[in-house]
Amino acid sequence: MSLQTDSGPSTKGKKDMTVAAEKQGGGVLAFVKKQAQQSLAFGTLIILVVFFSIASPAFLTWPNISGVLLATAVIGILALGTTFVIITGGIDLSIGTGMTLAAVMTGVFIVNIGLPVWLGVLGGVLTGGLMGFVNGVNIAFLRLPPFIATLAMMLIAQGLSLIISGVRPIYFSGIADDFKLIALGTLIPGLPNAVLITIVAALIAFVVLGKTILGRYTFSIGSNEEATRLSGVNTRRWKVMIYTFAGLFTGVAGVVIASRLDSAQPQLGVGYELQAIAAVIIGGTSLLGGRGSILGTVIGALIMSVVINGLRIMSIQTEWQNVVVGIVILIAVYFDTLRNRASA
Amino acid sequence: MTEPILKVEGISKSFPGVKALDNVHLEVHPGEVLVLVGENGAGKSSLMKILSGIYTKDAGRIFFEGKEVEIASPLHAQHLGVTIIHQEMNLMSDLTVAQNIYIGREPMIGPFLSEAKLNKTASDLLERLNINLNAKQHVGELTVAKQQMVEIAKALSFNAKVLIMDEPTSALTDTEVEVLFTLIEQLKASGTAIIYISHRMDELKRLADRVTVLRDGSYIGSLNKDEIDIPKVIEMMVGRHIDEGTRPAIRDKTSNETVLRVRGLSTKSLLRDVSFDLHRGEILGFAGLMGAGRTETARAIIKADPTTGGTVEYEGKVARIKQPADAVRLGIGYLSEDRKLLGLMLEQDVTFNTILASLPTFTDSIGIVRDGKAKTIARDKVSELRIKTPSIGQMVKLLSGGNQQKVVIAKWLVRDCDVLIFDEPTRGIDVGAKEEIYALLQLLAAEGKSIIVISSELPEILRVANRVIVMAGGRITGELHNEEASQEKIMHLATHGGGDE
Repeated sequence: MSLQTDSGPSTKGKKDMTVAAEKQGGGVLAFVKKQAQQSLAFGTLIILVVFFSIASPAFLTWPNISGVLLATAVIGILALGTTFVIITGGIDLSIGTGMTLAAVMTGVFIVNIGLPVWLGVLGGVLTGGLMGFVNGVNIAFLRLPPFIATLAMMLIAQGLSLIISGVRPIYFSGIADDFKLIALGTLIPGLPNAVLITIVAALIAFVVLGKTILGRYTFSIGSNEEATRLSGVNTRRWKVMIYTFAGLFTGVAGVVIASRLDSAQPQLGVGYELQAIAAVIIGGTSLLGGRGSILGTVIGALIMSVVINGLRIMSIQTEWQNVVVGIVILIAVYFDTLRNRASA
Repeated sequence: MTEPILKVEGISKSFPGVKALDNVHLEVHPGEVLVLVGENGAGKSSLMKILSGIYTKDAGRIFFEGKEVEIASPLHAQHLGVTIIHQEMNLMSDLTVAQNIYIGREPMIGPFLSEAKLNKTASDLLERLNINLNAKQHVGELTVAKQQMVEIAKALSFNAKVLIMDEPTSALTDTEVEVLFTLIEQLKASGTAIIYISHRMDELKRLADRVTVLRDGSYIGSLNKDEIDIPKVIEMMVGRHIDEGTRPAIRDKTSNETVLRVRGLSTKSLLRDVSFDLHRGEILGFAGLMGAGRTETARAIIKADPTTGGTVEYEGKVARIKQPADAVRLGIGYLSEDRKLLGLMLEQDVTFNTILASLPTFTDSIGIVRDGKAKTIARDKVSELRIKTPSIGQMVKLLSGGNQQKVVIAKWLVRDCDVLIFDEPTRGIDVGAKEEIYALLQLLAAEGKSIIVISSELPEILRVANRVIVMAGGRITGELHNEEASQEKIMHLATHGGGDE
């Protein structure tokens, strides 16, 4: 296609010359900037690992490392799902108690109803998906702010967990002895399955966010929802799908924690959502939406558990752990705002 | 005549790439209404922003009460007695009238606010101005006109000697306009000088003691009350000897089949019974002043905003459009006037933006995006439209305006839409790139696309459109074929239409 006009002679000659000035050389710099938060998080992780290794010889041993990874599993899986939600510019406060409800439902399906383990697990995962779906509908179609919609879902899930379980833990041992192997078995010797599940979940999240249409629209909606809508994308439907997809991760986390504890604990779960969100933020995903990565979230989740584990190994009181994690979040977000100001 | 209270001599102001004001004069006397007119972008707002201290001038002199002054900040302007009432209001709807008027200057008793004293002062002020308002009422409960009264009261509480009103009636109903005009008469009688910005000819006739015309940032002239003649003012606004530029070669396409038939399109707030046809291969221009309803028409067609009535037929069939996605599926693409806010993902790269509207065609059965195919298309479009970018991986934010616009166009070309609605396609784009966009529009039309171009620049409309529809006040006020169209005729329809009915 050539730019030939059927117009008069007026400005034809000069139009080739006067094309707007180019801003060259942005490519490499932009790439470095784009990776900055991740590299920062990764650097922090390395420094923490080195620091704790020197501080305590027990830190860099395989049992401890596998312990750290196991401790990362549940928060990590929650964080993976909620990364999608946060990239759309939303937030999901219901993942903590939602995870609990998924665990309780898994218990109900397997222990109370007596379904086979695989079916119970599927039911637990779908419970998470269903909560995500309801969140998505409330947010996309009823236009509730994500904060409010998921805050309500957080309370609903918490209440339902208690009601359905009768405020008592549901124990799997004796009825489904294999169930605990889901998290604690070792398909790969030395590596708990929970960690393997987290790795697989991370790979799936990575591919979906980076390579599929769902991931592309996740970024697109977070970058500019109205422009996405005007481009002919049914943004409301896609938002429901994104929240549903994120909900599936909540369901998986519910199954993993139930398996790890070999029981569904209805009192558990509150506070997990904030830790997961913290991991996402430390990993460089912007709360304003449009920017984020699965790799960052994985690193963010690892930073959190390394800090907690390291402090424990150094026999620092547990009370201090939250203080340190809080400071880590402040520093991470501060660097993020610095970067935003620099690029603005 | 008295000495001018405010006099401006030879003001110039440049922004990067644009000369907003060039050697502009203006003077206003106490007790006088000066109406400042000009097309969109003529420099009215820039001039007023200089007078109210928001911008600083590059050159020229300002005299206030005979003395030369430098207006350094909005606060300084207020101290002098020059106050501006902006188009968009700066009121806090959850505070009362009195609290709004004296915000930042609240009377205190010791460390505490004195609500009683505040209400008393405000009531006195309102009474003095003959404004019938309850000082204790929340501003959010008031009509727009009453809110404007609050703004005026606030301005006059600073003892404003010069009051600048920027299109104050744009959001008012007819009765509300009357209330405002009565107040203006009162202010005039009490010796306040008023600079009234408008492009509505009926208001000009009604209010003006004098009129000053700006065009393209230049001072064109002033007329006294007895010299004011509407055709003459319009002629001054558009300029008689402006080069009408080149016009499209094949001018009439109305014999082609109708692609888009719009009938009776209405919205709650603005549009009234908008009906028109768009033919295959035609470029249909939409002219009108700001707020005439052109963008609203486009958004109503693709149902980006809710409508209260009207039908859209596409290629002879009633189009069921409930949301923009439906319009796009039919092949109607809308390129927003606000490229950065509504057209592009600025933080994303060229490829991402190019394929955004047609992502499903770039994904396989399980939803994986085929990046290779996407990049190939992006590369094709970059060379086809001659988008100047170091790579297809470049963040769109870093491209120039013209190239950003081309990325938006590329997005819709990839989507293969048959109807393209361009809203201000060359806004913020330099001259050379504009020509490229025009050429592209004509090429697309020649290929059989049907195009609507909404533009506030009359030469641009005349340059590309086969047919021109003029809107004013949410209605279509006229239709001109390119051969018969001129800037004066369009301007006449754009400024008169509403009032003549």
